Amino acid sequence: MSTLDTWRALLTERATDEVVTKALVRDVELPGGAGTMALITLDNGFDHTKPNTFGPHGLFALNGALSEIAERTDLAAVGVTGKPFVFGVGADLKGAAALTTREEALAIGALGHHVFRRLGELGVPSFAFVNGAAMGGGLEVALHCTYRTISSGVPAVALPECSLGLVPGWGGTQLLPRLTGPANAIKLIVENPLAQNRMTRGREAFELGVADALFEPADFLEESLRWAARVLTGEVTVERPDHTAADWDKVVADARFLVDMKLHGAAPAPYRALDLVALARTASRDEGFAAEDEALADLLLSDELRAGLYSFDLVQRRARRPAGAPDASLARKVTKVGVVGAGLMASQMALLFARRLQVPVVLTDLDQARLDKGVSYVHAEVDKLAGKGRVSPDQANRLKALVTGSLTKDAFADADFVIEAVFEDLTVKKQVFAEVEAVVRADCVLATNTSSLSVTAMGEDLAHPERLVGFHFFNPVAVMPLLEIVRGGATDDATLATAFAVGKALKKSSVLVKDAPAFVVNRLLTRFMGEVIGAVDEGTPLEAAEHALDRLGLPMTPFALLQLVGPAVGLHVAETLHEAFPDRFGVSANLAKLVAAGKPGVYRPDFSLDEEAVALFAGGSGVADGPSTADQVRVRVLRALAGEIRIMLDEGVVAAPQDIDLCMILGAGWPFHLGGITPYLDRAGHSPSRFLPPGVASLPA
Amino acid sequence: MPSSRDVVFVDGVRTPFGRSGPKGLYAETRADDLVVRVIRELMRRNPALPPERVDEVAIAATTQIGDQGLTIGRSAAVLAGLPKSVPGYAIDRMCAGAMTAVTTVAGGIAFGAYDVAIAGGVEHMGRHPMGEGVDPNPRFLSEKLVDPSALVMGMTAENLHDRHPTITKERADAYAVLSQEKVAKAYADGKIQPDLVPTAVRTAEKGWGLATQDEAPRPGTTLEALGTLKTPFRPHGHVTAGNSSGINDGATGCVVAAADVAAELGLTPKMRLVSYAFAGVDPEVMGVGPIPSTERALRLANLEMSDIGLIEINEAFAVQVLAFLEHFGLADDDPRVNPYGGAIAFGHPLASSGVRLMTQLARQFGERPDVRYGITTMCVGMGMGGTVIWENLA
Repeated sequence: MSTLDTWRALLTERATDEVVTKALVRDVELPGGAGTMALITLDNGFDHTKPNTFGPHGLFALNGALSEIAERTDLAAVGVTGKPFVFGVGADLKGAAALTTREEALAIGALGHHVFRRLGELGVPSFAFVNGAAMGGGLEVALHCTYRTISSGVPAVALPECSLGLVPGWGGTQLLPRLTGPANAIKLIVENPLAQNRMTRGREAFELGVADALFEPADFLEESLRWAARVLTGEVTVERPDHTAADWDKVVADARFLVDMKLHGAAPAPYRALDLVALARTASRDEGFAAEDEALADLLLSDELRAGLYSFDLVQRRARRPAGAPDASLARKVTKVGVVGAGLMASQMALLFARRLQVPVVLTDLDQARLDKGVSYVHAEVDKLAGKGRVSPDQANRLKALVTGSLTKDAFADADFVIEAVFEDLTVKKQVFAEVEAVVRADCVLATNTSSLSVTAMGEDLAHPERLVGFHFFNPVAVMPLLEIVRGGATDDATLATAFAVGKALKKSSVLVKDAPAFVVNRLLTRFMGEVIGAVDEGTPLEAAEHALDRLGLPMTPFALLQLVGPAVGLHVAETLHEAFPDRFGVSANLAKLVAAGKPGVYRPDFSLDEEAVALFAGGSGVADGPSTADQVRVRVLRALAGEIRIMLDEGVVAAPQDIDLCMILGAGWPFHLGGITPYLDRAGHSPSRFLPPGVASLPA
Repeated sequence: MPSSRDVVFVDGVRTPFGRSGPKGLYAETRADDLVVRVIRELMRRNPALPPERVDEVAIAATTQIGDQGLTIGRSAAVLAGLPKSVPGYAIDRMCAGAMTAVTTVAGGIAFGAYDVAIAGGVEHMGRHPMGEGVDPNPRFLSEKLVDPSALVMGMTAENLHDRHPTITKERADAYAVLSQEKVAKAYADGKIQPDLVPTAVRTAEKGWGLATQDEAPRPGTTLEALGTLKTPFRPHGHVTAGNSSGINDGATGCVVAAADVAAELGLTPKMRLVSYAFAGVDPEVMGVGPIPSTERALRLANLEMSDIGLIEINEAFAVQVLAFLEHFGLADDDPRVNPYGGAIAFGHPLASSGVRLMTQLARQFGERPDVRYGITTMCVGMGMGGTVIWENLA
């Protein structure tokens, strides 16, 4: 059996649900008598909403097309382009998740190399015409070609593999650094994937050196073909600097340092990617591609990748179809929004509502000065957006006109949705809603941005408690993608559906949670913080506890998080949860001292430790347990999280572990390689019993 | 504002013309995209013309709905990336749409309302079959305002054979063979290609390709072969698919400017507009339209047919060209007439054809500096003819 047959047997027997990207070949007579080009169109037969991907069948299809082309002697060149709006967006991830043996994993890497590298090793030059989104394996197809043009209309050029737990291992790590130099390559291969998977646009990709020529979308293919003809006839010469002469060590080492700051070794993929980039300077194609095969095989069979794919699926799919949300058709139209309060959170919400819903938003406050401050905050933010060109002057005028202030709540009379963002106190909030209910229509939705109070209790004295819903944003409101939507004891389906519709219009990912203390994210972060502070209270050195969880690669250390949230808010939530679950949630006297001292946290503005603040925690608080090692702190925290999640699932706070993970990814920024958190707790052995069966976010058993 | 000034034809291009239908070149290509491609190529070929100096974009289409609707001159200008400050509009005189786009903007330029304009036309007869969406007023027939055959172009061509018994089917077929031969020769001599805009085409089944030449010509057409074709408009009639233009898709465009502005910008005009005229005739013999329009245009220019060295006449039907030639005493194979062949071979995407005639005349002028005047003329449905007389600037 030939190697190809072996791969075919290994890879194509099972992958029956692959959406196959076909390689359609058509001859094109190039302008200027430059000869005939065999132009390959990558097309899976669907429109742009289902982009081209490469699984084994697609790779074999491209291979077949290239074999036919290789036989021909009448061609001056070969071209590759995509279907409208899409070039190719990478490997078929479903297929990647189905691989279970190292043999299969090695085969998919080697097959990709075998097929793609032919594009660069034909007897005639090859041209990629990147007409639309090019990511991962799609971009690698282009990189294998001799020349590339790109459309200035391309919205997304990226090598997102590292964000999932892979490397761009179908040639990306070897070809790109030599093409663009190591710094630009590392930006695409490592930095962008680790920065919320940032995408580059066509023009930026061209400027980074990914493509040789940039054309406008209106006649991108025609002008690309004309350019290709001029390259073939020698009218255009493509100059590319030789980057291999330079020293890459410093660039790679700097990148490794930054990765380490973020991940502390928690996820292997970016480190492997940097190793491969370093190798690319001197390795032959065969050596480089073989090293990519090995890296792909290792990573494809890692739990980090499986957790990454699971996380990707959560944010791509589950976030768009929230579990337990009522039928969207029940939602009522929202044409005016009221915001009670004019503080920072309220002003941020007002701006978001105005931008996304494009309806009037009225802020109310009892104090004219506070009200003025809130409205002018929104107006100033709109001016900033206009200054950056994010909104036009007309749009800025519109947004500013939409947001107004009122000292009395009668301005809410014709509002459809009123949200409060006042002081976190049940009596105050009940008072606010009583006043609001006195002026609004009976079907106006009332929403609370409470982070810890009971929505049910808040609605007890309302005439229409069925229209009250929890609508919990995360700070900063404009940036954090999560909304916890809380169903109170009386909340009806129409209210809930309206809340979900508003959440969607705000471009947030909404998760339905039960009316339970502090809902999901704050409850788990508070439990997490409580255990860390508890260890410090018992005499564990603050710095040891602070870095005990570094190896998870969380976005922030515990005390950095405390600083961001603010010690007073942290203490308040801890107290609320302590009241609800005194056995599991402590209230640290030392934390209370920190709040009393008016400290913003244990760090100074320059991120050095504030010795006075640290001293407040020193010496233990007389608890018997005494100091712990960092390892002990880590295990304690993770066990506590696992236990708390189990209790939350038993209580029905959310529908499934997937919702816990989605909340932690979107609301706390917890990383893909942990799968949020439950996949990590499962694989590290901290779960009392597994949250997810093997294979869901880990390698199959 | 100048009261009147010379108007010049600077440059013209077109997409290759395709055969309409599910297997045609442009079966899955939008009409507006064809126009966009033409406009962008005109701007690219004339870098001395700053985009913001284009004062108007007039684009003709007979069926102004769907991708030929939405005020196609304006929408194509926006899609082509011209500055938003450049206005545009849609225009319709059926087959003479693009010709009317040129004469209308020329009138505006002469009046001083514009300095530079883009004029052209498009017809995707595959996406918009002739007569799509028409709703003729019943009075046309009840009051016998037109003959029932007036709206079927092939029948009007048969009617023209009745009017000119000396124009036999054999003469019409011989003319068609000549047209095919001249197109084949013009292609072989590289006369056509320089003014074609290679245009990307895609079908879901075959992927992307590039249209680089006209799809309709049938080189090697013989008299014998034409003799066997059906006469779909009348039993034992005269008019066949072989001695008529086809059903086609394509777009054309040109840059028209005030002579002084062209000079100021450093553009190189190819022709000066001398005069133009449109005329009405009985709709059931619409093919005779070019005769009165040409007579009128000659009169306005104070010229005689003997002053005209080159004639580009649209070949909707061979009979209609032959009627024109007979009227002016020209031979069927007069070398001044359609030297590169005509619409019987190239095809006739209705509203686009007028500018094809002008573009070809401009190229012939370039080769024949000895010729001073030329005309472009065509017949129009509902009984009209249009003629533009040009002076050679080469």
